Amino acid sequence: MSSRYAPLAIFVVLIALLAVGLRLNPRLVPSPLVDKPAPAFDLPNLKAPDQRFTQADLLGKISLVNIWASWCVSCRAEHAALAEIARAGRVTVYGINYKDERADALQWLNTLGDPYRANGFDYDGRTGIDWGVYGTPETFLVDKRGIIRYKLVGPISPQVWEEILLPLIGQLEHS
Amino acid sequence: MKRVVLVLAFLLAQPLLAANVTPGLSPAAEARYKALIGELRCLVCQNQSLLDSDANLAADLRREVLKLIESGQSDAQIIEFLVARYGDFVLYRPPLKATTVLLWAGPGGLLVVGLLVVGLWSRRRRVVQAPDPEQLAKLRAVAREVQDV
Repeated sequence: MSSRYAPLAIFVVLIALLAVGLRLNPRLVPSPLVDKPAPAFDLPNLKAPDQRFTQADLLGKISLVNIWASWCVSCRAEHAALAEIARAGRVTVYGINYKDERADALQWLNTLGDPYRANGFDYDGRTGIDWGVYGTPETFLVDKRGIIRYKLVGPISPQVWEEILLPLIGQLEHS
Repeated sequence: MKRVVLVLAFLLAQPLLAANVTPGLSPAAEARYKALIGELRCLVCQNQSLLDSDANLAADLRREVLKLIESGQSDAQIIEFLVARYGDFVLYRPPLKATTVLLWAGPGGLLVVGLLVVGLWSRRRRVVQAPDPEQLAKLRAVAREVQDV
């Protein structure tokens, strides 16, 4: 008699699996860099090319490393949120300008405003590969010792800031 | 005729795929290169390998693989290099791990379960359909009656 309920049981299991699975984003690639030291890099400073921007500059503070480009539409969309985060002062915002033209990037910052403490100019995307970048914008939360604690793929928003990043930052501030 | 020409032109253009441009590589290295980029996933067009994809990132990663081959890295080292940065997803064929056992065993397992269910089901149906002699006699009597009307 129990086999009479087998189709119902299978249906319930299927619904449960779909309820979870259909809400996941299959395009999201989890980063193997979380909880590991930020990959070493040595880039020219976007605004002052004779100066260098390296991973050592991230030490001693909690920072966001934002991978962006002037050709990236989503980066423009997140710019206001990023500027607000920079203003709030809980984290220092750094940028890596990814596969862009210096002139275009500077123009972009002049027009929209510059929320970055410093920007690295990654012309050929080689540093992007080291950071596992596969689509801009991507933002990494890096702690005071230079360990990556979170990777956000896609534009940053006030919601992500409040619900995911702020709690993490709160923990990191007390470590 | 135009179609034949078009198909021929397309086929002849295959060697000009960007991925196939490998100047200055030895045949052995080129074979390794082709094999490797066929086994690595493009993370932008995620159902294509680095060999097939036209995405900018795919071109960058192909260039990186080429550079690593030329600098003497082994296949295992190159794969480790990319997995360290992008995770297991960069492998076109997922590695067999605790987290992927369901992925690898699932289809075959489901097939076996399905065949078992069908086998058991059809066996039960055959048993059920064995005629009950008493019922059979009654049915025969009714059938004869109906025929006589």
